[in-house]
Amino acid sequence: MTLNAELRVTRGTFTLDLGLTIAPGEVVALLGPNGAGKSTALRALAGLLPLSSGHITVGESTWDGADAFVAAEKRPIGVVFQDYLLFAHMSALENVAFGLRSRGTRKAEARAEASRWLDRVGLSGYAQIKPRSLSGGQAQRVALARALATGPSLLLLDEPLAALDASTRLQVRSELGRHLADFGGHTLLVTHDPLDAMVLADRLVILESGRAVQSGPPAEVARQPRTDYVANLVGLNFYRGRASGTEVGLDGGGTLTIPRPVEGPVHVVFPPTAVSLHAERPEGSPRNVWPVTVEAIEQHAHTTRVRLDGAPNVLADITTATLAELRLRPGDALWAAVKATETHVYPA
Amino acid sequence: MTRNRVRGRLPVVLVLPAVAGLAFLLVPLAGLLIRTPWTSLSTLLSAEVGEALRLSLICASLATVLCLFLGIPLAWLLARSGLPGRGFLRALVTVPLVLPPVVGGVALLLVLGRRGLIGEHLDAWFGISLPFTTAGVVVAEAFVAMPFLVISVEGALRAADPRFEEAAATLGASKWLTFRRVTLPSVLPGVVAGTVLCWARALGEFGATITFAGNFPGETTTMPLAVYLALETDPDAAIVLSVVLLLVSVGVLAGLRDRWISGPT
Repeated sequence: MTLNAELRVTRGTFTLDLGLTIAPGEVVALLGPNGAGKSTALRALAGLLPLSSGHITVGESTWDGADAFVAAEKRPIGVVFQDYLLFAHMSALENVAFGLRSRGTRKAEARAEASRWLDRVGLSGYAQIKPRSLSGGQAQRVALARALATGPSLLLLDEPLAALDASTRLQVRSELGRHLADFGGHTLLVTHDPLDAMVLADRLVILESGRAVQSGPPAEVARQPRTDYVANLVGLNFYRGRASGTEVGLDGGGTLTIPRPVEGPVHVVFPPTAVSLHAERPEGSPRNVWPVTVEAIEQHAHTTRVRLDGAPNVLADITTATLAELRLRPGDALWAAVKATETHVYPA
Repeated sequence: MTRNRVRGRLPVVLVLPAVAGLAFLLVPLAGLLIRTPWTSLSTLLSAEVGEALRLSLICASLATVLCLFLGIPLAWLLARSGLPGRGFLRALVTVPLVLPPVVGGVALLLVLGRRGLIGEHLDAWFGISLPFTTAGVVVAEAFVAMPFLVISVEGALRAADPRFEEAAATLGASKWLTFRRVTLPSVLPGVVAGTVLCWARALGEFGATITFAGNFPGETTTMPLAVYLALETDPDAAIVLSVVLLLVSVGVLAGLRDRWISGPT
């Protein structure tokens, strides 16, 4: 019962064109910047938005296609919306029971099942509480219970952790991970947060401007980004270029020396921590060394990230000690150095 | 000096008309209460007054129920369906608001009268004749009062977030179940406010009622009609009827206001 979809939706000048396959039990994260079409894809899968063309099939049944459209209320789905959309006039229990009641379960049975779901998400004492009295984390868990209570075959999560503060987020994320592991159906997680995607998903699909630009297991995507957006998400310096032996001529200007000879178009990445900054041109070991000027300095928790202009532009993470020693200011001229062995090269 | 300065802060151009406006609204009501023959009140509260009051309350309530049944779906249609020409329909719905009620009564006669476009068939096929009956009172009041309900409910529906309805759909709820269990409860304050306005308008209805339903004591003579009639023959009785109507309206509005309209529930 694999979910198979070709989602093509045209709205004004925006076109979504996304092929998607989700195996039973698999969690696929759709990751992309705002306006990439993530929500459009989710709404199309939920049946809230008909496809312009393409199809959605699950096993033998067609949900959307040339000559079939199953309305949202007839699809076996569960959706957790970004702001949860819990019904304000119903208690937590009634919210969770709503889907079962809608699908024809008798009242007593629906309430018993809803009560079991509240137990499972750790909210047994909150059955009679109205949504406005729940904390963000609790509301999120009620929304998850409501979506799962009907036993859907497709679970859609729209930025499920975006509305939570940082401390709650950590805990809710790990709980969500547990529930997703128990869930036997297909899961699509829509998010712009790479951490949510990396932790929760078995596979990532990166969506940019309505198209999938990269997909694969989180570790692979994190190691070998294929676009600037992905590289930025995973925090790597990323360059396109053409390799000839151990030299790569970069598309944006400059050359990099790489550890092993290759030929043809390649991507080169290295982490900002691999970059060292020097006031004078450093000598010795096989390094890439080039002149740069400081564009911006950002303070992070334990390191300082320096954005540098040069051929090529580069991000460098330096320690506070180095920062103090170099007395960096925007506009300062420096030398950046990266060991060839720190670079990772893969075919474009 | 100080007093002058303080006074100078409130612009006279606004304060004077405001006070005059307040007086204009309240003095007639006060006058009504002052001139009421409180001592002989009980003798004036005749059976006819009771009859007219009962008829008024029943007709206004029935008209309100009719408006709820027809008006809420109409409001939903205007607010939620992607119907083309909704703006035009909305404008049409508000016509009875600005139409002189007498004109409304004439229009109702032309359509539902015994020789009317529809009335003719109602009479021929079912033997139903609405004009000059209690049912006619209800129809006339509903015609005049329904726009108040529709406008109020439609406003509430348009302000309500339609994504809750989408959430209900993803949970398997049909459109009808969604409307009953999700949409309607979320716009309940708007519905209650609209119902109160509608009921108050129906209770005070005069022009359309007297035109379409006439003036038959016990059958179509509601309180406003009774007041008008009494004014010709027995001014004291008219005052008493007016005071009763005033107290009933204010009482109902005040009661509902505390519970529903003001403050979050």
